[in-house]
Amino acid sequence: MNETLANELTTSLSADVRGFMPELVLCFAIVFMLLIRLMPRYDRVHMGWIALVLAGLALTVSCLQWRGFHWADFPVPGVGAYAAMFDPRQEDTPISISLFGGMLVYDNFSVFIKMFLYAFITLVVVLTLMSKVPDKEDSADFYVLLFGSTIGMAIMASSNHLLMVFIGIEMASLPSYALAGFLKGRRQSSEAALKYVVYGGGASGVMLYGISLVVGHVDIGSGYLPNIVQAIAEKNLLGSPLMVLGTTFILAGIGFKLAAFPFHFWCPDVFEGAAAEVGAFLSVASKGAALALLARIVLGIGGLGSNLDTPAANQQAAYDSWSRAVDYLVPFLSIFAIVTTTFGNFAAYSQTNLKRLLAYSTIAHAGFMIMGLATMTRDGAGAVLFYLVTYLFMNLGAFAVVAFMRNLTGQEDLSYFRGFVYRAPILVITLGVFLMSLLGMPPFAGFMAKFQIFAVLFDSAHMYEREGKTFLSWNMYGLVVAGGLNTVISLFYYVRVLKVMALERTLEEVESRPIETKHVPIAQAVYLTALALVILVLGILWNPLSQASSNEEGVNNFRAAPTAPPVAVKLKAGGP
Amino acid sequence: MESDLLLMSVCIFIPSVFALALVFFPKGTEEYMRWFALLGTAVTFVISTFVFINFHAFLEANPDKDAQKGEMRRPLLSTSLVGRADAADKLALAPQNEKASETDMLARYPWISRFNIEYYLGVDGISMPLILLTTVLFFLSMIASWGIEKHVKGFCMLFLILETGVLGSFLALDFFLFYIFWEVMLLPMYFLIGVWGGPRREYAAIKFFLYTLFGSVFILIAMLGFYFTDVQDFVHPQIVDAKKNLELARHPNWKAEETAALKARSDELLKEKSQAAAAKKKKLPPPPVVKRDPVKTANDRALELVQVHTFDIILLSKVGLDAMRWRNMELDTEEQSKFIKTIMDRREAAGVPTTEAAVRKRLDQAFFGKTFQWIMFGFLFVGFAIKIPVFPFHTWLPDAHVEAPTPISMILAGILLKLGGYGIIRIAYPICPWAAQNLAWWLCVLAMINIVYGAFAAMAQTDFKKLVAYSSISHMGYVLLGIAVWPMTGANYWAWGMNGAMYQMIAHGISSAGMFFCVGVIYDRAHHRNLDGFRGLNEPMPLYGGISAVIFFAALGLPGLCGFVGEFMVILATWNFATPDYPNAGKVFAILAALTVVITAAYILWTMQRVYFGTNEKYKDFPDITVRELLCVIPLVILAILLGVFPMLVLQWMEPHVTGLVDSLAQMKL
Repeated sequence: MNETLANELTTSLSADVRGFMPELVLCFAIVFMLLIRLMPRYDRVHMGWIALVLAGLALTVSCLQWRGFHWADFPVPGVGAYAAMFDPRQEDTPISISLFGGMLVYDNFSVFIKMFLYAFITLVVVLTLMSKVPDKEDSADFYVLLFGSTIGMAIMASSNHLLMVFIGIEMASLPSYALAGFLKGRRQSSEAALKYVVYGGGASGVMLYGISLVVGHVDIGSGYLPNIVQAIAEKNLLGSPLMVLGTTFILAGIGFKLAAFPFHFWCPDVFEGAAAEVGAFLSVASKGAALALLARIVLGIGGLGSNLDTPAANQQAAYDSWSRAVDYLVPFLSIFAIVTTTFGNFAAYSQTNLKRLLAYSTIAHAGFMIMGLATMTRDGAGAVLFYLVTYLFMNLGAFAVVAFMRNLTGQEDLSYFRGFVYRAPILVITLGVFLMSLLGMPPFAGFMAKFQIFAVLFDSAHMYEREGKTFLSWNMYGLVVAGGLNTVISLFYYVRVLKVMALERTLEEVESRPIETKHVPIAQAVYLTALALVILVLGILWNPLSQASSNEEGVNNFRAAPTAPPVAVKLKAGGP
Repeated sequence: MESDLLLMSVCIFIPSVFALALVFFPKGTEEYMRWFALLGTAVTFVISTFVFINFHAFLEANPDKDAQKGEMRRPLLSTSLVGRADAADKLALAPQNEKASETDMLARYPWISRFNIEYYLGVDGISMPLILLTTVLFFLSMIASWGIEKHVKGFCMLFLILETGVLGSFLALDFFLFYIFWEVMLLPMYFLIGVWGGPRREYAAIKFFLYTLFGSVFILIAMLGFYFTDVQDFVHPQIVDAKKNLELARHPNWKAEETAALKARSDELLKEKSQAAAAKKKKLPPPPVVKRDPVKTANDRALELVQVHTFDIILLSKVGLDAMRWRNMELDTEEQSKFIKTIMDRREAAGVPTTEAAVRKRLDQAFFGKTFQWIMFGFLFVGFAIKIPVFPFHTWLPDAHVEAPTPISMILAGILLKLGGYGIIRIAYPICPWAAQNLAWWLCVLAMINIVYGAFAAMAQTDFKKLVAYSSISHMGYVLLGIAVWPMTGANYWAWGMNGAMYQMIAHGISSAGMFFCVGVIYDRAHHRNLDGFRGLNEPMPLYGGISAVIFFAALGLPGLCGFVGEFMVILATWNFATPDYPNAGKVFAILAALTVVITAAYILWTMQRVYFGTNEKYKDFPDITVRELLCVIPLVILAILLGVFPMLVLQWMEPHVTGLVDSLAQMKL
């Protein structure tokens, strides 16, 4: 038996490696940068450009994977074949295949998330090149940690086995602890790192315990997600106390990465202590990966995942299992989402430090995205994908502005930036775009993201009503109301930042002393303008992205919610 | 039509293009920036007149030939938006792709396929006058903003972006598009008040922002509620057909399954037949006949999946109308089956048949129910009422007006308030008519509170600008009253009310902008707005005094000036309003509204007395109104007189569509 398994593994190895190519590029980047460090002649070279090229390469490869075998039709002969090589799927294989003997899953969803991650680290590397946060001496360490963490997140996004889930989360977390403490001279930074490690260690411990409970369950005995899902469906395990405990613990681990209430303690402290660049990385990448993982697990439990091995069970059984799962998970996730958003928004209200304020705002946004998943539908996951992409640009932009402001003034407190628009207009105007997009103000992309979340909530409210689940339907309407109210609440603190920076008298006037102002370097201005333009363009021409993230492409491996099978009518024997 | 799409889009976006170009002006060229921004508003005005000319030519080309002698010459009912949309549908789906030869000032272009959102623009008699008002007032306000010294570039850019938002809202016919433009107005306005405003500007700006955003969230939720209603029974059946074909293409195996099922069925039947024959031969009793449902064809399965969702305001208003009909025949089962029969026949004729059960199921959707209509109308009404502003939601307005700089006050009072009224006429009433009719009494009460409360509050003010702000609240109350007087039976006079409301919006746009400008003129000289601190301004500034008198009398509603026409029509309609419970409600309202005109006269005359009459040594050397200020206010004076003397100038092309809307809602001619 072992022989056949070994044979299988060797034959599928080439496909596995092709599917894993972008991560391998990053692995190569790590080794390469560390090796260069060893050479005495080059040990003081800034690695930023090397990192940028390699991150760009990983992004290119994953973009090629996204188009997949469609490249074969590329008009220039030869190119298409090479490009199509990166996609282990062929035209006739299913939309979702497994790599490395089922450890990882390869489908449009995971490729989308990976593309998102690599695009993001490419932009982060550009940001660090401009804001000069890792100096020459530390640059190798910084980028190695950054890439290592990203590989972990890529594994999180594509894991199909609870063991890989754990490995992915740990791989993503350990480098982030070091990144949080990267500003070595700063006391706050070390404090942040320590807090992060302690909380993170606790969270992984809890999660590992949860995994052992699930895997060790007498009816499951496997960490392979499709097996677990099948066992849950067949033996109706969701109600059993062990499973409730196990899934809750696993969700707690993911919630920690998401910084969702009540696992959010670390987030404001870490963001305040760490450099703004690291804050940007943690707030976008780790949330994206954690949401992808959450979507996979949650939708999987509902029987909506890409069940690779499970045969299409009969309609009634699928419906029953889905029905049980949504009854249990939807209210659970909804409360999780509402509390997280509301807490984030209220806590952000009283913040005076820009990074802390943004930290709470990211918590609120995590809640918004969980709302999309709380619908337990494929379209919900699609809306989250769209949200993530827009969130990338607006959050990265906001943190970038904070980093540039810090470079300019050495300050991060809101009160210092009174009337800042007259000293550095480009920073404040672009920050205005990012914050208004985060608030969800059309025509910026953030509105389109929120709109899709609302739309999917409405849609699933109707769907649950059709299926006779009135409670869940009202649950969805409750989420709509909570989302609407939270948008209004969040107005206060986003606008307060703009008010301080644009409407209040300048610091010079208040303190009546001249304050020297440095000019914003042109490269930074271009970077911020480009990000703001992307947000505007995504807000107007969002058709392609909404299609890419919808069930047509991005989430096509998930299944639509099953409908109740028609009640079998016995054929009546009529008269003569 | 392509050219229409281009013309209307240019009209919307040309101010933004000018705003973008302003970025490249270097520091120190403030004077050029002002001229450039003025050029931008002027160009927009010219383009809006092109839009008007095209629209008018279209109306002229379609006169109502059956109009009776002595009746005024009016365009056909088919020139209304609904008529044009139907015609365009028919053309687009006609088998021989015939092209329309004329422009119909209605244009659509697909935008977001996943949500069926369109870039859908159009004008009719309801939006056209407001568009012209917008471009005129923006041009005049730009002249009025010559005095802005602080950050001229930022001011001009935000000002122009605001114009794009307003024009877009008036031209948009897709709810989603409308919402986008509606929100686009918010941010520029926040900064225009917050940066260039008076001492309490920050408070006023955030209050404005908060109130409006709160209203927008309600509108957004209502919009989504409408979107998730399946409207396939009300669209052109060929759209359903196209969707069905899409589903068929998505499920290629259904055809094969259908053939297999048909074959299995025929085999079964053959078997049965042979069994029956065998039984007959053996003289046994025949086997029982099995009753079977017909085989589900691929077509049927696809049709079951088809759902049509839309943000199209015109289509939604058609559905809203049918929802009202459906609600009104609640107890009459015969009428109900007739109604369903017409839907089925229409679809049958187009080759996409449906079953009665399916239609009934769709008519059971929340949209056609009472609760939904109440709630959604409430949401829309609150969203728009905040803009008007209606009584409990009005408190942002005095603050915003007092703190805003003069040109922004002019825009705010002259145009932004009208968006609320426009939203109610264009969206809230047509989509939720049933709730609107049933709530008519309450809406009238709200309007009366607005009128009376606004007038008394204005009388109590000592701040000149605050007085004008409260008078705006009072005057906008007439707008709401005119819209609201929809009696339960018949609507002979409601059309007067609706037309009066529209006319009042235009008149108030002119007079309130003029009043704020007049306040601005003396504020620039005296640097305060305390009513008791002025006196005798007529002596040093006779020309200014005369102009102000015309503007103030126009606001007061003096016959011969624009304010009179609208108020008169509204009060006339109100007199004839009645509800079953309160048959005399309309008369009470009308008398109250008419009496309030006296209050209005009182506070306006009192103000004039305090500000202009008498003598005052302190202000003896004030210079009279300058040429620039004259250029700004004279057009308003001319318009005020012109519209007061020749109301037909506007009514002629506005009235048919307003009355058409009223007719379709009240179903007098259906």
